[in-house]
Amino acid sequence: MNKPATSNTATFLGMPPFPVAAREALANSQLRRNLRHATHTIRSKRARVVEELDDWEQLRLAGAAIKDDVLGNLGGYLEQLEESLTRAGATVHWARDAAEANQVVIDIARSHKVDEVVKVKSMVTGEIELNAALEAAGISAWETDLAELIVQLGNDLPSHILVPAIHRNRSEVRDIFLREMGKVGRPAEADLTDEPAQLAGAARRHLREKFLRAKVAVSGANFAVADTGTLVVVESEGNGRMCLTLPEVLISVVGIEKVVPTWTDLEVFLQLLPRSSTGERMNPYTSTWTGVTPGDGPQEVHVVLLDNGRTKVLADEVGRQALRCIRCSACLNVCPVYERVGGHAYGSIYPGPIGAILTPMLRGVGTDEATDALPFASSLCGACYEVCPVLIDIPEVLVHLRGKVVDSHRGGVPGALQAAMTGASWTLRRSSRLALAQRFAGLSGRVLGRRGLIGRMPPPLSRWTDARDAPAPSRESFRAWWARTDGGRSGAGSTAAGSTAAGSPSDTTDEGGEPR
Amino acid sequence: MKAREEILRRVRSALVADRQGRSSDAGGDQGKKDQGTSRGYAHTRDLPDRLALFVERVEDYQASVIRTRPDDVAAAVAKSLVGARRVVVPRGFNPSWVPQGLDIVLDEPALRADELDAVEAVVTSAVVGIAVTGTIVLDHTAGQGRRALTLVPDVHVCVVTADQVVGDVPEAVARLSSSVNAGQPLTWISGPSATSDIELDRVEGVHGPRTLRVVLVG
Repeated sequence: MNKPATSNTATFLGMPPFPVAAREALANSQLRRNLRHATHTIRSKRARVVEELDDWEQLRLAGAAIKDDVLGNLGGYLEQLEESLTRAGATVHWARDAAEANQVVIDIARSHKVDEVVKVKSMVTGEIELNAALEAAGISAWETDLAELIVQLGNDLPSHILVPAIHRNRSEVRDIFLREMGKVGRPAEADLTDEPAQLAGAARRHLREKFLRAKVAVSGANFAVADTGTLVVVESEGNGRMCLTLPEVLISVVGIEKVVPTWTDLEVFLQLLPRSSTGERMNPYTSTWTGVTPGDGPQEVHVVLLDNGRTKVLADEVGRQALRCIRCSACLNVCPVYERVGGHAYGSIYPGPIGAILTPMLRGVGTDEATDALPFASSLCGACYEVCPVLIDIPEVLVHLRGKVVDSHRGGVPGALQAAMTGASWTLRRSSRLALAQRFAGLSGRVLGRRGLIGRMPPPLSRWTDARDAPAPSRESFRAWWARTDGGRSGAGSTAAGSTAAGSPSDTTDEGGEPR
Repeated sequence: MKAREEILRRVRSALVADRQGRSSDAGGDQGKKDQGTSRGYAHTRDLPDRLALFVERVEDYQASVIRTRPDDVAAAVAKSLVGARRVVVPRGFNPSWVPQGLDIVLDEPALRADELDAVEAVVTSAVVGIAVTGTIVLDHTAGQGRRALTLVPDVHVCVVTADQVVGDVPEAVARLSSSVNAGQPLTWISGPSATSDIELDRVEGVHGPRTLRVVLVG
């Protein structure tokens, strides 16, 4: 049996925090070109198909309301889902964390004596790093989504929820296919060009032998219907249908927030998801199945209901709305930060704005420096909230989590931020102290303020100035100006010569022209 | 504690604050709105020509459509098969829709995946068509075959009747609920298999049938 020649266990563990990773990503101009092209393409496709529906806002409201109902009554819906699945012939497993979920999958695979499984693209199995766990257990996990295949063969990490290889261009993909396919199965033809249609054809031939012989498949699910026990997978290529249909055994790992109450609720999500995600009126294939169907598809069906931090998110009354997420990735495609740095800098399977709130809540604020940096990886412009099909107020949650990060670092040796805030508080309490501080600021403005901007400062101030342009302090404070000119009424009403800093009151220099 | 009980306990304790009425106004307020008022989206769409829109939207995915009268279906199917000779026809498919001169393969006993891989095309009926999204839906009952039949062969010819075509997704979901309640799997198909994974450049045809031809009757 073919074994991966290179380890497919690339991991986000130990990646540098966002500001460091972002600086590296920004220096990669190929990456920025790939990303800009890709995000702008999807963005405009999405806008076009959303424009077609005059009830889009009502659909968003309904999507949010259904998900909130689910979250508010999650225990009951999970029990109902378990009962419906069991009635339909599926076996339900529960997993508190990644290790438990991985063990369930490994045990089922071992009970069928297989050394390989085929996989449908699934965010949740990326989250629990199932492939690495399977590999450690001597089982090869074959990713079958084209982009996941590119990522896996390139021993790379996914960088986008919908298009995990968005950071790769066609010639990079061709090179990976030529170099790697032969090591794990049917090789790519030597005359393979970098035409996307040719590359897709190579993937079709490479994977078909794996589909036809696979005994066990692993999937996620986009939705799990509580009252019928129906699971739903939304996809494009048909690799999902292959995995859900041809093998004898199907294992679906499903986050506990994926439940929807009734079949009818899908009328909302099957409109919201494809238009938000790929910018299509409908994705090519949607599969639904309800346990075991005699004579059709896998005759042994398992569902693993996974917590892995979701109940922690649920306990956060502001952050809970992140569990509405249907993984469409519209927020990534409109995010000015994502567009420039790409997905890897977020150090998580969930990149972009949704990742910046979901990852810290799933892992827990205060876990490590990289996690705590994520809520700050945003300009709070709000574009993500505008496109979110289930109305997740990402900026609100970002600000909320920034507060929690700061709180989690209180106590012990005061950090630079805390020292600065304490200093500011002391300064602002007396007007005399403020006046003094402003005089020093004005002096520093003369020293620092070439081009009207502050350049790189020494640590710890560098943490601010490395990522931002800050205007130099005005040479004369408003208070000093007011005192000198009697509020602009005296003849010497002009500002200090040469000052052009923003905010200086130079627009009130008309000689006493204001009505008294 | 077992995982099941532990997770359900965690869920309930996460929601304790809500039940005590201390829930903040942030985050969960949408859910407390009356479910009725949040269903203000369109349940039907007012379409001047539902069938014409269906045709246009299916073709938009690079699938072809032939509109035909009920007594010309076999000819339309023959034309749609574009040279394929070995064709799977599922049990229950209307015999009068099957053209003459085909090498018909039956799925009885069930074909192995590799046997199916050696068949050029499959002809089926459907259960619902959706005009706005250009989608056909199979519930894999009589005439549609089990799921693998419409997946492995490279050409799928699907016969849809005019009365099966609804306006938009909510009407389709309503029609399909009896199939779901009966435990039937569903396959929603919108054009041939496709990917945009390489530079967002859409390519028709990856793992599923690379050619989809719809015959619309009526």
